[in-house]
Amino acid sequence: MPPTAPRRVAVLGGNRIPFARSNGAYAAASNQDMLTTAIDGLVERFGLEGERLGEVAAGAVLKHSRDFNLAREAVLGSRLAPDTPAYDVQQACGTGLEAVALVANKIALGQIDVAIAGGVDTTSDAPIAVNEDLREILLELNRARTNAERLKAVAKLRPWHITPEIPRNAEPRTGMSMGDHTALTAREWGITRAEQDELAARSHQNLAAAYDRGFFDDLITPYLGLERDQNLRADSSVEKLAKLKPAFGGEDGTMTAGNSTPLTDGASVVLLASEEWAREHGHEILATFVDHETAAVDYVDGGEGLLMAPSYAMPRLLERNGLKLQDFDFYEIHEAFAAQVLATLKAWEDPVFCKQRLGLDAPLGSIDSDRLNVNGGSLGAGHPFAATGGRIVGSLAKMLHERPGSRGVISICAAGGQGIVAIMEGPQA
Amino acid sequence: MSDRYAQITRLPVAGQLVKNLGLPQPPELERWEPGMPVVDGPVLLGAAAGGRLAPPVARLLAAIGAEVHTELGGEARAAAADAGLDAKVFNGETAGEQRFKALVFDASGITTSDGLAALHAFFSPAIRRVSPSGRVIVLGTPPEDAGDPREATAQRALEGFERSVAKEVKRGATAQLVYVRPGAEGAIESTLRFLLSPKSAYVSAQVIRIAKPVATATVDWERPLDGKVAAVTGASRGIGAAIAEVLERDGATVIRIDVPQAGSSDLPLDVTADDAPQQLAAYVSDHHGGLDAIVHNAGITRDKTLGRMRPDQWASVLDVNLASQERMNDALLDGGLLRANGRIVTVSSISGIAGNAGQTNYATSKAGVAGMVAAWAPVLAKRKLTINAVAPGFIETQMTARVPFALREAGRRMNSMSQGGLPVDVAEAIAWFASPASGGVNGNVVRVCGQSLLGA
Repeated sequence: MPPTAPRRVAVLGGNRIPFARSNGAYAAASNQDMLTTAIDGLVERFGLEGERLGEVAAGAVLKHSRDFNLAREAVLGSRLAPDTPAYDVQQACGTGLEAVALVANKIALGQIDVAIAGGVDTTSDAPIAVNEDLREILLELNRARTNAERLKAVAKLRPWHITPEIPRNAEPRTGMSMGDHTALTAREWGITRAEQDELAARSHQNLAAAYDRGFFDDLITPYLGLERDQNLRADSSVEKLAKLKPAFGGEDGTMTAGNSTPLTDGASVVLLASEEWAREHGHEILATFVDHETAAVDYVDGGEGLLMAPSYAMPRLLERNGLKLQDFDFYEIHEAFAAQVLATLKAWEDPVFCKQRLGLDAPLGSIDSDRLNVNGGSLGAGHPFAATGGRIVGSLAKMLHERPGSRGVISICAAGGQGIVAIMEGPQA
Repeated sequence: MSDRYAQITRLPVAGQLVKNLGLPQPPELERWEPGMPVVDGPVLLGAAAGGRLAPPVARLLAAIGAEVHTELGGEARAAAADAGLDAKVFNGETAGEQRFKALVFDASGITTSDGLAALHAFFSPAIRRVSPSGRVIVLGTPPEDAGDPREATAQRALEGFERSVAKEVKRGATAQLVYVRPGAEGAIESTLRFLLSPKSAYVSAQVIRIAKPVATATVDWERPLDGKVAAVTGASRGIGAAIAEVLERDGATVIRIDVPQAGSSDLPLDVTADDAPQQLAAYVSDHHGGLDAIVHNAGITRDKTLGRMRPDQWASVLDVNLASQERMNDALLDGGLLRANGRIVTVSSISGIAGNAGQTNYATSKAGVAGMVAAWAPVLAKRKLTINAVAPGFIETQMTARVPFALREAGRRMNSMSQGGLPVDVAEAIAWFASPASGGVNGNVVRVCGQSLLGA
């Protein structure tokens, strides 16, 4: 008989491998390998060897068809008990946080007591498919019953069929890359190059400072020779970033390779449990996963920006929890692009957006920028799509634990016009 | 009547020649036709902090379905939000090739000369984005209504800004300053609709004052004069004919008045005749029971330098252009024939403002018209009536076609539009004054002159 009221969900810790630039240190590493490594790091830190967990939920955005059971395969390859069930989750860049939310809900309902949630992605070991025309011919060949039919199918083969299908970072319904979509949003919101470069430089600097003071010592398992995120440039500055050429939005575009996240490889996982389980197993509770909200926008015909969904999710989450946007000590806003973060912040400050699009009486208002991504964000660390949620939840839990009585909020935008936001709280002061 | 030079400059080869020679290139002015939107393109709305006019302007822009842009933050943005506008964001630094059909700025919050920097901050990044036949409108507080001398100084300074902008915008774009008295914020709609639209094609660099309306009315903006009766003198040709047509287009029943020899008119009448006021009053009373607007358009010229001018040349011009109007007004007012929220609209001239050699008689009459407007406005307001005048510059009519070539060319080109106006341009301004929604427009003399250099 499950408890009648939802239980508080404790975040006990996080673990990830350093993130690597695409075709960098992890060029030959598979999703399964990276995810297994991240899980095993957590197993080691929390003494979970041979433990049967309630479940493991994880996913990848770019996935080989053979990885249909990626999370379960990673469990079997890890030192967790092989009778730990697992399933795959996929919500584009929201995957990691959505996985956390899924297991958190089950813990809250008393259906499970402990779980691992996470995500992994590689843009290096990418799933390349055969040419679509070739695929159809091969399927026809497979269906053929007579030699004549087989010959007929083979006769259709042409030299160019060797050209493979490579996954593209483009929205299927618009054919535009995420960067080009965001360039539109940047223009719509009048976001300058200088603002974006400033945010990018701060992301690198904050991340470097966090490494230097050992913040990540118990959050990272070194992998394939990497101990820090490969994308991190501790000496990044506005001046250096200002020299880069626009990458999106045309010649007078404001978005560059410096203020947009690069393609990245990596994995992250988080350990969540009921407070009872944590106490029984002698683990300190770092933070509570309080609530989350997802939203989606019509970026195809509705005139909204592709990555603006978190702006819509946030007021719904705040209202349900009786909070104001200013009620947080830490704001973890995923830096898919500096322009996405800036557009989101401007939207929340804007009376027109808040009234007309969000249906609010007053703007959500400004946040204290000194509380934004204080230990770095995706611009510094990189962004292996499904692994970003776990990176943020793990880091935020530690920040909240370091400051009792504090509260943090997460905002992650995702492809397909989706977004997910979540609230976490530190231990009571 | 046709401006051949302007037509030639629009031909491919000749146009290039004109450009290379640095000759004036008269832009083709957009003019309004039924069914057109008030403003055919994006509008950038701005406001100095502490102003009071952004909210009513934003509501108007929402009412006309304009695509509105504002900068982020500030009172214009808040006003747009409250008006229900899903306003776009403007940042001059990132706006690329963005163009605007109109720039509208609420300057009523400017209370010191230092505060005038807000004009530069708003307009400098935007002014070169004004489309052809675009509109720049600055709103302020009449200096005479300002709270203190510093505020009055700053508000008066807006005139020099607006008139210079009018000369800079080119390509048929115009600039206007609208002074809105405190308490008259709700009375700006008819004026802003007129100024934003192609109806004000040849009106530029004007200063318009809006007061609390003498009476309020809700109108169908496609036919604001529906059910109204208007009398127009000199209505058989030229500007008068255009006035009658435009008033009818706006829904009015028009009484066309002209001298008997002019032919077709509803009421053949020599306005200088002794019994003209009584005849007019009787006609109105018998046929319509009352009048909603009288438009004193009839006017003549008898040009001579003063030393050579005969007494009858002086007298006839003064009588037709000024005294007859006063007599007819008296008759209509004494007879109670001008209905509540009624209009007296009359025609002054830039000659009356600037003076003109050979037109001492004409300029005297036309300056007198301006004086009549100023003197009667407060008196009529108490009777829920308004009086305003247009002051045409060079308008392409049979009258100006008789002007000697050199003088005519000078008249056409010596203004910010490098061309003469059309009769319809005067008529549109008169229709704006005549609108039942223009109850806050009283005592104004508005030039329809393309910002003529004369008397500017």
